[in-house]
Amino acid sequence: MSGDLTIHLSILLYWPAAFAMLGAIAPRRAAPLMALIGALIPLGYGIVLLLDFDAGRSATLQYVTDAQWIPSLGIRYKLGIDGLNLWLVALTTLLFAASALWIAFRPVERPRLFAFHLGVAETAVLGAFLAQDLGLFVGFFDLMLVPFYFLVGQWGGPARVAATLKMVIYTLVGSLLMLAAAVATATLADARPGGGISFVLSDLAGHPLGESAQRWIFVAFALAFLIKMPAFPFHGWMPDAYRNMPLPVLAVFSAVLSKVAAYGFLRIVLPIFPDATVDFQTTLLIIGLLSIVYGSAMAFTTTEIRLVLGYSSVAQLGFILLGIFSLRPEGAQGAVLQMVNHGLVVAPLFFIIALLAERSAGSESIRDMGGIAFRGPVLATVFLIVSLATLAIPGSANFVGEFLILLGLFQSKQAIAIIAFAGVAMASVYMLRAYIRTMHNRTGAGVTSRDLGVRDGLVIVPLVVLILAFAIYPQAALHDGEGGTKAAVRKAQAVAAGKPRPDVAQLPPETSP
Amino acid sequence: VTPRTPDIDYAAISPLIALTAGTCIVLLTGLLRAAFVRNHLVPALTVVCLLVVAGLGVWQWGGNTDVISGALRMDDLTLALTMIFAAGGIGATLLAWRGVAPREAGHGEFHALLLACVLGMVILVAAQNLIAVFIGYELLSIPLYVLCATELRRERSLESGLKYLIIGSVGSATLLYGLAFLYGATASTDFSGIAQAIDAKGLSGDVLLLTGIALTVTGLAFKASIAPFHQWTPDVYEGAPTPVTAFMAVATKAAALGVLLRMFDVALIGTATTWAPALATLAVATIVIGNVGALGQSSLKRLLAYSSVAQAGYMLAGVIVTTRLGIAATVFYLFAYLLMNLAAFAVVVVRERETDLGDDIASLHGLGADRPWLAWPMTVAMLSFAGFPLTAGFFGKITLIQSLVDNGYAWLGVVIVLGSALSLAYYLKVIAAVWMRAPGETAGVGAGANAARLTPGGRPVIAGGAPEGEDGTPAAADPGPAPVADANASLRRLRHPEVVFVAIVCTIGTLFFGVFPAPLLDVARDAGAALADLL
Repeated sequence: MSGDLTIHLSILLYWPAAFAMLGAIAPRRAAPLMALIGALIPLGYGIVLLLDFDAGRSATLQYVTDAQWIPSLGIRYKLGIDGLNLWLVALTTLLFAASALWIAFRPVERPRLFAFHLGVAETAVLGAFLAQDLGLFVGFFDLMLVPFYFLVGQWGGPARVAATLKMVIYTLVGSLLMLAAAVATATLADARPGGGISFVLSDLAGHPLGESAQRWIFVAFALAFLIKMPAFPFHGWMPDAYRNMPLPVLAVFSAVLSKVAAYGFLRIVLPIFPDATVDFQTTLLIIGLLSIVYGSAMAFTTTEIRLVLGYSSVAQLGFILLGIFSLRPEGAQGAVLQMVNHGLVVAPLFFIIALLAERSAGSESIRDMGGIAFRGPVLATVFLIVSLATLAIPGSANFVGEFLILLGLFQSKQAIAIIAFAGVAMASVYMLRAYIRTMHNRTGAGVTSRDLGVRDGLVIVPLVVLILAFAIYPQAALHDGEGGTKAAVRKAQAVAAGKPRPDVAQLPPETSP
Repeated sequence: VTPRTPDIDYAAISPLIALTAGTCIVLLTGLLRAAFVRNHLVPALTVVCLLVVAGLGVWQWGGNTDVISGALRMDDLTLALTMIFAAGGIGATLLAWRGVAPREAGHGEFHALLLACVLGMVILVAAQNLIAVFIGYELLSIPLYVLCATELRRERSLESGLKYLIIGSVGSATLLYGLAFLYGATASTDFSGIAQAIDAKGLSGDVLLLTGIALTVTGLAFKASIAPFHQWTPDVYEGAPTPVTAFMAVATKAAALGVLLRMFDVALIGTATTWAPALATLAVATIVIGNVGALGQSSLKRLLAYSSVAQAGYMLAGVIVTTRLGIAATVFYLFAYLLMNLAAFAVVVVRERETDLGDDIASLHGLGADRPWLAWPMTVAMLSFAGFPLTAGFFGKITLIQSLVDNGYAWLGVVIVLGSALSLAYYLKVIAAVWMRAPGETAGVGAGANAARLTPGGRPVIAGGAPEGEDGTPAAADPGPAPVADANASLRRLRHPEVVFVAIVCTIGTLFFGVFPAPLLDVARDAGAALADLL
């Protein structure tokens, strides 16, 4: 072990998994408690990081852990936080804590194993956010999938085994291609100071590859991230996985995992493959646009409330993709803000779905719901607040996020920005439809309306309060994130400004030169 | 002129001496009458012998000496592979400890054949000339033919032995023919002589040489089960006693790839441009055929057989790049492959003994709930096969891809990862069987459906011929087929400690090298550096 070694990020990273393992061997009844401790301490860390972070040096890595790991492969154990991932790390710790709390109140079958997988999942997600080494990132990115494979397959709905298999194969096709591309990047860049292979992101960013190599590598990375998000047309695994995933798991899955993919674009793709990014800018923008349109259209029409949210996530991530590939600091900042916003709204929405299903005799179809607001004013209020935030009503942080994204997009691609505006309007259609059909309208046949219970409130209300607080003061995240996001897009922006727009229709070559 | 006594480097050939001596001792000890001696002392001696061999390998590490007039070379590549053979042999011995095969074939014979087989492997991968290659190849093959057929009362085992004998002989004959051509083209049997002749005479397009290469590849491809010469693999793997299957999967594969490394990256390096595209084609075909073939399998042993075909394709890629990095990648992958295969086969062995479903995938149902000590090894092995992080298989893939990209074969790296993506479909099926089905789902359906299929292949209880009271323990420790439900209910306690031990040790190894691969990478790098002429 050599180099910088501050222990804090490692504690944050491994705490959930360590407690998950303790929980797995602890008595059955202690398992939810262990899971809760395993999630609350990282949350504390997350809060401390938010307070302690030096926003003035947002573009430089802080709390860096940098140690030799596998010298012969050039992979280092390097973790760090800057403006780009600070809020995402905090979001992850928050939502996993909410999920652990939810489970502590509602016992699941085989709680020890459940808590174990959830803890490993948190460690993997945090690892992907914190990693500052490409090998480490790819490892954690692939590892994220394993606990979710088990969580869906063991605790999921009726078609769980088929759904989980589909999810894993879909996402791993991308991930494995990314693995090959990552190794190729490091091998071809030969970027270790003084010669040799290095996977460290900052080294790689300093040694850009040739443009043709960048292209096929970009395609592999983009594919991995787009499948994970998921973006249209790579979302085929999403409906089945969402249908069968247990709700507390789905809350973190939808809120956090998709963000890892979007974050991957900003952390890895834009700085390391700037030329290819510019080459494929229009393609990716069109994919973002299609995701918005397709996601919204599907969210209008589906009657399964989980899928309303699933498709709305596709649309929301389309926005985030637009922000990233506007290749402007404003757009990227909006994208990061929107990642946090989306995570913050979608997790309570899934918890609320669980409550709605309880009140409509277990059905999750909006046809069987209706009139739930009748005896549940608090529940209705909470749901309304979250829905309005999701549809980005002016005054919410989501509005600020979408505004920044569109601002960035206007500066680079006006035509696409104009179409994207329609997406903002569509979000209000599907969210309000979902709200009205579940909470108002004629009371459904099996519906028994009752209000939010204290225990459920303990999980949901804090999240809603945070949404409100964030609406009042989104500046907090924007201020911290400014330097980091600027640094992320700087290179690609320079490339985009410096050369004539190349033909985007060109396909990438199959192999490296 | 004073008569010269041959100058023998006893230290360097000590692993060979240990194996030869061990073979004789084990065989003779097996003749003793006491049941304890045969049932426990013989396998224990086998394990000790293999441990000694591995220890001698560690002692000789870095020696890099030519022995026996340059016929063999005990360098780090040989020694690294020797350790894999020894570990595979130890694993197989432990898996077979209370198994049917040694009891029926005779403990002494079974274990002596195993050791002779390891000896053949060491000679094969140490070989520096064509004659030694053939001697090693046959010394490895012939005991294996017999070992496959050691469950004398089970038709499938006999069938497997016979099939392997016939196809293996075709492989041997082809190889021998190829070696003759190589000699004919280069007028040398030494690898170095062949390499010099190719360079000096500009033979790279020579028809005689190319024919020789093609036939040699074919002969070795049979052993490594590289497509399209893999067809025997599923049948033989399925029929052979499971410990022998595990040994074949691990050690034979390593030996075949070891000799491929030596022949192609040393002797035939000068004509790499001619054989590299052909081998790359074979590698792609092997990856595709292995992975596609495994998709529909419901027998775990067949599934692992096809998976071993696919893995051979991945490792063949390390031969093709002809760099030290490629050799290191292959050797590292072989170590990872050893660990994950032994873990998986150990679980298969336990379930074969405990359920009447044989090696059917259904035998794993409910394992996650009832037998976590077996469920986790199987899970980790499958994840490692697929190349998930935190397992040795992940770094196996990384090193392979790195060596490929490094020498301009990035496309082959992409093929490997696409193959891995395909392989998830069946690896995850196994994990799903372990964790995601209740044991109740099996008992009725699975048992009924499989009873018919497995009638000849189902593991018979030794009746009549082998006296039950032979020593008391096997009969007691190895109950006959029991309904799954009963088995699960009564078998929560540790029943096959040595087999579970293998599973757990290999799992820990897989996870350890998945987090700290550096020591194993160093070993692999030393092995790669043994071939001095490469980049």
